[in-house]
Amino acid sequence: MEALFAAVLGILTASGVYLLLRARTFPVVMGLTLISYAVNLFLFAMGRLQTGVASVISENGKYGDPLPQALVLTAIVIGFAMTAFVVVLALRSVGETDTDHVDGQETKP
Amino acid sequence: MNHALILPIVLPMFVGSLLLFGARLSMPVKRIMSFSVVLVMLPLSFWLMAQASQGDLQVYALGNWQPPFGIILMLDRLSALMLVATAVLSFFALLYATRGDDERGRNFHALFQFQLMGIYGAFLTADLFNLFVFFEILLIASYSLLLHGGGPDRVRAGLHYVVMNLVGSAFFLIAVGVLYGITGTLNMADMAQRIAATSADQAPLIGAAGFLLLVVFGLKAAFLPLYFWLPRAYASATAPVAALFAIMTKVGLYSILRVFTLIFGDDAGTLANMADDWLWPLALLTIGLGAIGALAAKSLHGLIAYLVVVSVGTLLAGLAIGTPESVSAALYYLLHSTWVSGGLFLLADLVSRQRGVKTTELVQGPELQNPYILGSLFFIGAISIAGLPPLSGFIGKLLLLRSVEPGLQMAFMWPVVLIGGLITVIAFSRAGSTLFWRVGLSQLDSAELDYGRLWACVGLLVLSPALVGLAAPLLEYVHATVSQLHDLPLYYQIIQAGGGA
Repeated sequence: MEALFAAVLGILTASGVYLLLRARTFPVVMGLTLISYAVNLFLFAMGRLQTGVASVISENGKYGDPLPQALVLTAIVIGFAMTAFVVVLALRSVGETDTDHVDGQETKP
Repeated sequence: MNHALILPIVLPMFVGSLLLFGARLSMPVKRIMSFSVVLVMLPLSFWLMAQASQGDLQVYALGNWQPPFGIILMLDRLSALMLVATAVLSFFALLYATRGDDERGRNFHALFQFQLMGIYGAFLTADLFNLFVFFEILLIASYSLLLHGGGPDRVRAGLHYVVMNLVGSAFFLIAVGVLYGITGTLNMADMAQRIAATSADQAPLIGAAGFLLLVVFGLKAAFLPLYFWLPRAYASATAPVAALFAIMTKVGLYSILRVFTLIFGDDAGTLANMADDWLWPLALLTIGLGAIGALAAKSLHGLIAYLVVVSVGTLLAGLAIGTPESVSAALYYLLHSTWVSGGLFLLADLVSRQRGVKTTELVQGPELQNPYILGSLFFIGAISIAGLPPLSGFIGKLLLLRSVEPGLQMAFMWPVVLIGGLITVIAFSRAGSTLFWRVGLSQLDSAELDYGRLWACVGLLVLSPALVGLAAPLLEYVHATVSQLHDLPLYYQIIQAGGGA
């Protein structure tokens, strides 16, 4: 399970970085979203990957760590707000500069 | 438990939320509400500084959860110093804004309050994840404040700023995740103890997380490979926002100082003070490139923005040398550079208002209407930030230069700082002679000097001679601050005492 999980995180991050370097606002926003997914999953995994244990507390002492779950929730909410802000800003940027390049101007060929 | 510790966070949050609900209130009402907060924060921050100067740590356990389980706020000498710097700067920035700049967007005052909440929170918290949350609060408020006033320039600069900081936030979360995964705690003091006790094979992973944190804080503090967003963003922001942003780079520096003295401090075994070797060359290169950027700047705003970069480099050099003398010199310089560069941003706006379409471009423009007042202020600000006697910049730089041991470090440090200062003087002489002397014969008819704005600017610049006058008690305070920072058992007591301070 660890290998699969690590591979998923790696692919998500690599795709995110690739999209981020495309320098057009829409791919950049998608890239940021993918990176934030990867980061959220990573935070979640920091409570250790295990199956079939009690969610918070149990009598035999084996239970999932609740703190990373709380951290992930916080990170998701913040990431969601930030993504919404970037989308609005990207639209505003297209409106103000007539291009979707992140520099606000087309690069010269 | 001292409940005053939570006030710097709750007060702006409460008033900011009220202002959001009352977005349609009349401007005078909003101004009074917003201004009352910064007015209360002034005496409060000085009182907290007096409390902190007694030498104990003040701890506030949120929800009365015993540390290390809950989130705690912690006030030590360093946090109190940063609170004072913010309170004073925000007072004058808001005073300036209430003279008309706040009318260009409906939610300016609410955003200003949330920005303050984030900054105060970042200075007070003793929990690593909570630090992330406060970073996000201050960032999202700063994104909107940066765009305040609109226009393509601000949107362009804003997009870069937002995207870079979002990537930075992702790094921050990864670093926090790794540190939590290894140590099982988020409380900084607890984490420091556990890192001191971890086995050697964990050290590389912890070190990697530490360097990720350094990248994140470096992005906020804007030193060498990570400063490229700053000049454009600061130069395009509205004047009071740019002035407030003078404290934003210091949030990054504060975090570097906090994390790399406490978590990766003297007790961290092989990881102790690991950042210093990297910070040292980066600091010097930052000073050099910032000075060159200042010389090449095409506008007064751009010039001052590059001087912010130079001051970040100077501060970072102080932190990187790492002796008690150099760090306390850096803390003194931090107060000076925050207030004076804030004042200079306000002054640049005052000048640009009298130059019509030329604004702050460094080209020949119409004759200013108040060349003597603005020129004198410019002169004071320039010699202060360049580090010429008799103002505070000189004392800060002198202390910093004297703190270097003779040898290789001195051979690098002295020329870079002194030549950087010389280049600053040249850049300022060029800008000043263009703005005040190389003027046309005509004056603008419409421009006038607003005395409220002028006083806000004067207030910040006058702090430079004031810092000289108060140098003795202040230096005593910063020396005590540094020795407190290295007294790690004092911080460990938070965990053992159960937060009942």
